Amino acid sequence: MANKHVNAIVVGAGAGGGVVAKELAVNGLSVVLFERGRWQTYDEHDNDELISQRTTVLGNAFGPDNERHWRLLMDAHGNEHIVLPNEWGYNNNAACVGGGTLSYGAMAWRFMPQDFKMRSTYGSVEGSTLEDWPISYQELEPSYEKAEWEIGVAGDDSQNPFAPPRHKPHPMPPFPYNKEAKMMQDAAKRLGWHPFPIPMLRNSVRYRGRPACIRMRTCVGFACPVNAKCGTQNTVIPEALKTNNCILRTECTVSMVLVDDRGHATGVEYFDEHNRRQTQTADIVVLAASATETPRLLLNSKSRLFPNGAGNNSDLVGRNLQGHAYTGAFGLFEEEVYDDIGPGACVAICDFNHGNPGLKGGGLLANEFIRLPYLFTGIRPPASKRWGTEHKEFQKKYFKRHAQAVGPIQEMPVFDARVQVDDTVKDFWGMPVAKLSGHRHPYDLELTDFLSRKAETWMKECGAVKTWRHQPGLGLSGGQHQAGTCRMGDDPQTSVTNKYGQVWEIDNLFIADASLHVTNGGFNPALTILALGYWVGDYIVREWRGTKFKS
Amino acid sequence: MPSSRRQFLKQAASGFAGTVLLGACAATPKSRWRFFTREEASLVDLITEQIIPTDDTPGGIEAGCLNFIDKQLVGAYRRHQNEYRQGLLGLQNSSRGKFGKTFQELDWPEQTDVLDAIEAGDVEAADWSGVSPQRFFQLIRDHTMQGFYGSPRHGGNKNYLSYRMLELDVPHIIGQNRYTQGLDKPNGWIN
Repeated sequence: MANKHVNAIVVGAGAGGGVVAKELAVNGLSVVLFERGRWQTYDEHDNDELISQRTTVLGNAFGPDNERHWRLLMDAHGNEHIVLPNEWGYNNNAACVGGGTLSYGAMAWRFMPQDFKMRSTYGSVEGSTLEDWPISYQELEPSYEKAEWEIGVAGDDSQNPFAPPRHKPHPMPPFPYNKEAKMMQDAAKRLGWHPFPIPMLRNSVRYRGRPACIRMRTCVGFACPVNAKCGTQNTVIPEALKTNNCILRTECTVSMVLVDDRGHATGVEYFDEHNRRQTQTADIVVLAASATETPRLLLNSKSRLFPNGAGNNSDLVGRNLQGHAYTGAFGLFEEEVYDDIGPGACVAICDFNHGNPGLKGGGLLANEFIRLPYLFTGIRPPASKRWGTEHKEFQKKYFKRHAQAVGPIQEMPVFDARVQVDDTVKDFWGMPVAKLSGHRHPYDLELTDFLSRKAETWMKECGAVKTWRHQPGLGLSGGQHQAGTCRMGDDPQTSVTNKYGQVWEIDNLFIADASLHVTNGGFNPALTILALGYWVGDYIVREWRGTKFKS
Repeated sequence: MPSSRRQFLKQAASGFAGTVLLGACAATPKSRWRFFTREEASLVDLITEQIIPTDDTPGGIEAGCLNFIDKQLVGAYRRHQNEYRQGLLGLQNSSRGKFGKTFQELDWPEQTDVLDAIEAGDVEAADWSGVSPQRFFQLIRDHTMQGFYGSPRHGGNKNYLSYRMLELDVPHIIGQNRYTQGLDKPNGWIN
């Protein structure tokens, strides 16, 4: 039996998609929200370090599975090989209801005004497609606020002199510091920096019917046992379903957007939970499938007017893939600095996001989430022996006597860092898989060099007896903070969508995830993706001229 | 993944053939392990103990790292079966070549020597096939760590002994710290 026609299809029940589905549903549009994963609970993987979203050696806790979802990765020498979702290089994001927001670390950063104006603030960078966003911080500010209050954020900007202006404070008070963060706060103040509590999409007090955080050691990479972590799966998605205007179809994998000969999207084709090919038609299609899967969907949606994929007649879809070059420093201490109060990360500085002499951009620094025992086996000063007595002594002595200052630098977008599709390699359902290729911009390493030195200074001021820095290489970026592959802009020649996420070439096709990011900030991107969900959703609702939902 | 699957099957087939030639299936008693032969299991046990030795706290053997690796090799790590089969042969060859004895017959420092050489790739190339010594060492080292520090549900870390070694609460006690340790309350904290 054919599916009933609806007003809107939203593909992907993660940060962006969850918000858009709710915004449309509460405003009376009929919505089908597609999710290739399923509802997940804490009980399935509880505190299992080896199957989390952080350490995936035995599998991804929250998807996707290894049996159906491979990708192709092209290495620096041009060799292609297949990568599985739990392997390095896949650039995985969780596939489940809530997407990454079920198991993320939940930092709730607003980008700074300069982050939307990188090109005009710093000028061009050779070899980079650095550009301004078509929207300013001021324009997005109400959407940030809505995300903070509807999803829930604990924080206090008053201690951060670099915080962007806001109309309303955070809805919940900030989290108190753990032992490590207290030490790092004191040291940062001695250095003349400005430490403050990290804003978190996590309940510090009871909020909107869900309890306060119980400070688990296992938080980032895990689902929350008491539902204190705020994601779309426990906020906007249930709200959307409550309206009776929204149907959530889990374990349904959308394979292409259907585009007619007049250049309009008519719906999507998908494979249901029994792997049967199905069609769902709609007046509007919104893609929020991640910065890898959204461009893959567009590229796989070939039609008469769009032989190279939907909205891709300018060959821009899938380009400018970026993420975050994480960098920082470790410190070893004589005294214990660990008090087992999770999730660990709670103090940050924004002193080095912008205004660094001679540099273009920068990034935040914070203390790191708790390094669990297996992950800690990989944390050693350079040239250390990684096994035997030396391993065990180090593990015993320093598990509770080490700290890490770490942060993401704002990467310079590279045109040839990209997502493509490859006709020769198909997924379980026969659709061409995503092919990832390219590399970071060399400038990123100048910034990581700079920021890691600041991190090392911080560790030393804390009294570390030994410190060492860490920086990534020039390999392809992306990861869980993947972004930029369908950038928004004012010029159809250089962007995939307009400032509202509306695909230039197909006016009833929208994008509402990090694919839209022109640049990716020196911050974790989750709150910005949620805010863009509100921004795009609000525009669709305002412009909607269709019929209201009739059941 | 047609090509890699084919390659895997080919490798697996040659791995099993190698075992047969060495007579592991001939007259030896049936192994109690899922993947390893008795001979291989005794070897893996000793390697995991070298990787995480017993001191005043238990090491790789007591943690059950062998059980972890054996269990994963018929599960999540099925793809590494051949590397283990070939790697353990190579290790035994290197042991004989270096000291004229099997790894099991070596004393502790000699075993460490052999593993150091394998980690560095400082071995006779003819003794190794199907997997590079460095690759094999990295695999078994990582898997030993996972068995030692991962959740006991996967077959290692018996009774959470590594968590006890690190003085982490077992079971994980949550929530207590919110009111047993006087946390500083930053600005803006209500209640």
